[in-house]
Amino acid sequence: MSQKKKTREPEEAKRLGVFVCHCGKNIAATVDVENIAKEATNLHGVVHAAESHYLCSEPGQKALQDDIKYHRLDGIICACCSPTLHEETFRKAAADVGINKYEVEIANIREKCSWVHSDKEKATVKAMKIIETKVEKALLNEALTPISVDVNRNAMVVGAGITGIQAALDLANSGYHVYLVEQSPTIGGHMAQLTSTFPTLDCSQCILSPKMSEIAHHDNVELITNAKLTSVTGFVGNFKAQITKKPKFVIEELCNLCDDCVEVCPVIVPNEFEGGLGPRKAIYLPFPQAVPSAYILDIENCLGIHPLVCSKCRDACEQKAINYDMKEEIVELNVGAIVIATGYDLYDISKISEYDFGPEVDVIDGLQFERLLNSAGPTGGAVLRPSDHKKPETVVFVQCVGSRDPEHHMAYCSKICCTYTGKHALLLKDQEPETEVYVFYIDIRAAGRGYEEFIDRAQEMGVIYIRGKPSKIFREGDKTIIWAANTLTGERLEVEADLVVLAPAMIPSFDTKILSGVTKCNLDEYGFFKEAHVKLKPVESLVQGLFVAGTALSPKDIPECVAQGSAAASKAMALLSKPQLYHDPIVAIVNEKACSGCKVCQSLCPYGAISFDSVKNISVVKEILCQGCGTCASACPSLALTLKNQTDKQIENMIRIALKTEAK
Amino acid sequence: MSELLNPEPKVIAFLCKWCSSNAADLAGVSRMKYPANVITIVTPCSGRVDPTYIFDALAGGADGVIVAGCHPGECHYVTGNYKTLKRMVLVKELAAQMGIEDERIHLEWISSSEAKKFVKTMTEFIEKLKHLPPNPLRNNRVALEAKH
Repeated sequence: MSQKKKTREPEEAKRLGVFVCHCGKNIAATVDVENIAKEATNLHGVVHAAESHYLCSEPGQKALQDDIKYHRLDGIICACCSPTLHEETFRKAAADVGINKYEVEIANIREKCSWVHSDKEKATVKAMKIIETKVEKALLNEALTPISVDVNRNAMVVGAGITGIQAALDLANSGYHVYLVEQSPTIGGHMAQLTSTFPTLDCSQCILSPKMSEIAHHDNVELITNAKLTSVTGFVGNFKAQITKKPKFVIEELCNLCDDCVEVCPVIVPNEFEGGLGPRKAIYLPFPQAVPSAYILDIENCLGIHPLVCSKCRDACEQKAINYDMKEEIVELNVGAIVIATGYDLYDISKISEYDFGPEVDVIDGLQFERLLNSAGPTGGAVLRPSDHKKPETVVFVQCVGSRDPEHHMAYCSKICCTYTGKHALLLKDQEPETEVYVFYIDIRAAGRGYEEFIDRAQEMGVIYIRGKPSKIFREGDKTIIWAANTLTGERLEVEADLVVLAPAMIPSFDTKILSGVTKCNLDEYGFFKEAHVKLKPVESLVQGLFVAGTALSPKDIPECVAQGSAAASKAMALLSKPQLYHDPIVAIVNEKACSGCKVCQSLCPYGAISFDSVKNISVVKEILCQGCGTCASACPSLALTLKNQTDKQIENMIRIALKTEAK
Repeated sequence: MSELLNPEPKVIAFLCKWCSSNAADLAGVSRMKYPANVITIVTPCSGRVDPTYIFDALAGGADGVIVAGCHPGECHYVTGNYKTLKRMVLVKELAAQMGIEDERIHLEWISSSEAKKFVKTMTEFIEKLKHLPPNPLRNNRVALEAKH
């Protein structure tokens, strides 16, 4: 096979130019640039070779363009730094003087040569080889045109916590139609559970509910609650999303929130919105400000699914809004961009065997304590022990529960716990100044405007901070005992507490992994979604057209979530505002004559880009779906499939020239 | 260690554009060093590496071939690296049947942040090849070239 390609097609009187960059001393110190530029003129197909001090500089590019025009070049090879840096620069410079941008090759002789080798002779030989391989490739490059596609101007936001709400509102207010998909019955997320927010102590619900109500009444927002994203196909600008809507058993449009159904419902279960600290009925409103504002029937606990047993709520409903026969629905949405804002959950404390946990032993987590502090919560805002509803005299807060513990739990810092624990302690002291309040911490990390001062305020109010992580928390009689060591004084401590509040690590929300499979967006080592670039592309993912924001990426506080929600929305808008998008034309192509119709390629394509033409009995590539990985091309037994500008012939020629013995 | 049988082995490395090629770039930016015996060919995905390329390289006189791709589960194209994994098992088996030591063919998962791993992989592979005799097909290559 490799011998055949030796015979070059006669039409390849292609005129190539090689431009070797000194990059100051970066390349020239270890590679003999002058000599290489001289030798390059001897290469097959190369009609001109030149060197440049800085090819990327304005004069460098100008000289490049002049040479292209003067020597009537068809393609160029720039021997310089990595293509990730200046490929686009040179493609643009060349395109300006009439060279197709896919006829521009980069020979990376800096990162992959001059910077990693110190022997000048060897590095020069290698640099020459790299250029030779690229010349071989350039000889067979084709001029290509990017494939243009229309953009669907609708957006979808998955997750309606504060991040998703912000993203949806920004998109909707800019005139884009937004589908906001939320898996729970109401929007608002964890922020709706909070009592007040640090460091200003604004009431959380008061700043959130105007946004929630704006969502409910916005012409450009279509809210889909109690629903999950179950499949995404298509590509940037043209996604097809499948949403599975669980039935609510209450017809939203008919429900007038009279509360008659709740009164008659005989089933009482713990209310998840209250962290299990309060009750709810089987038919319920998640919380008074819930959006959409309608009851939902919890089918797991409802007796009415067997109407012979109970149909009290349906009988009580004058609006006839309750329907026990509602079924799961599947909705298909066509959108151009997707924002993922699925938020967080708290680390499972039962994994920490040395800590007793549960309301029955008066050990609760931070979100449950928020509910205790909340005037709309189960205790009307009074901090009472869950076990016996008595006022606690000693309250202990424990930070870094499951976080900053690389050996056993999560290695990372959850970022917000120091400040919210400070808030809890401060609000508690404010409510009951006589309460003894202890905070166990490893380090205080309160970076952010006003945060450090906020912690200081809590300390000034008499909250006792002890540096050390409790080794054991257990129940004894009606007290909860904390064993710890004060790592500043070295003394061992035993505290008898009436109430213990733990600050567990924030972890990715429970279905992040499934969603990652659905959207093909990568996860990091802890299971959070991974951004395309941690510094420069903080809300973009490697899947084009898919953006991620908020605590779905990593632990964050509310201002950061809001900023990321807006950032993701503006990135999505930049995409949706274009009438057309251009798809890279480096795609697979089928040689119809050679294709035997075996369909091997079809089973390999992860994008479903290969279909089968049963009339011609051949495989057909849908260019717009093809992402250009080339996996199909390397499996085709008939050599009928190949990747444009990455053909077998090109790669084989590159291999051959790379191995050619030096003797000329 | 045994004696040096091949002081200057030739290596072809196929690097995935999304991970190991970036790791190689990062090694450069970090000014790490490794032997200059390797010529890299960047492909969009390790899944683009047709098994015949590996045999082309070996038949062409390469003393060793490396294929580097994204870690399992991290393929930019979802599953390309799994296909590579399967193919590489077959390639090694086939190579063994043709009398080529399977140590000459190496698959490694190198993410874009693993510059150290890239350098280590290249250095160790080249070091290993120095202690193997030159690829027996190298002379074949020279003969072929003479013919053309």
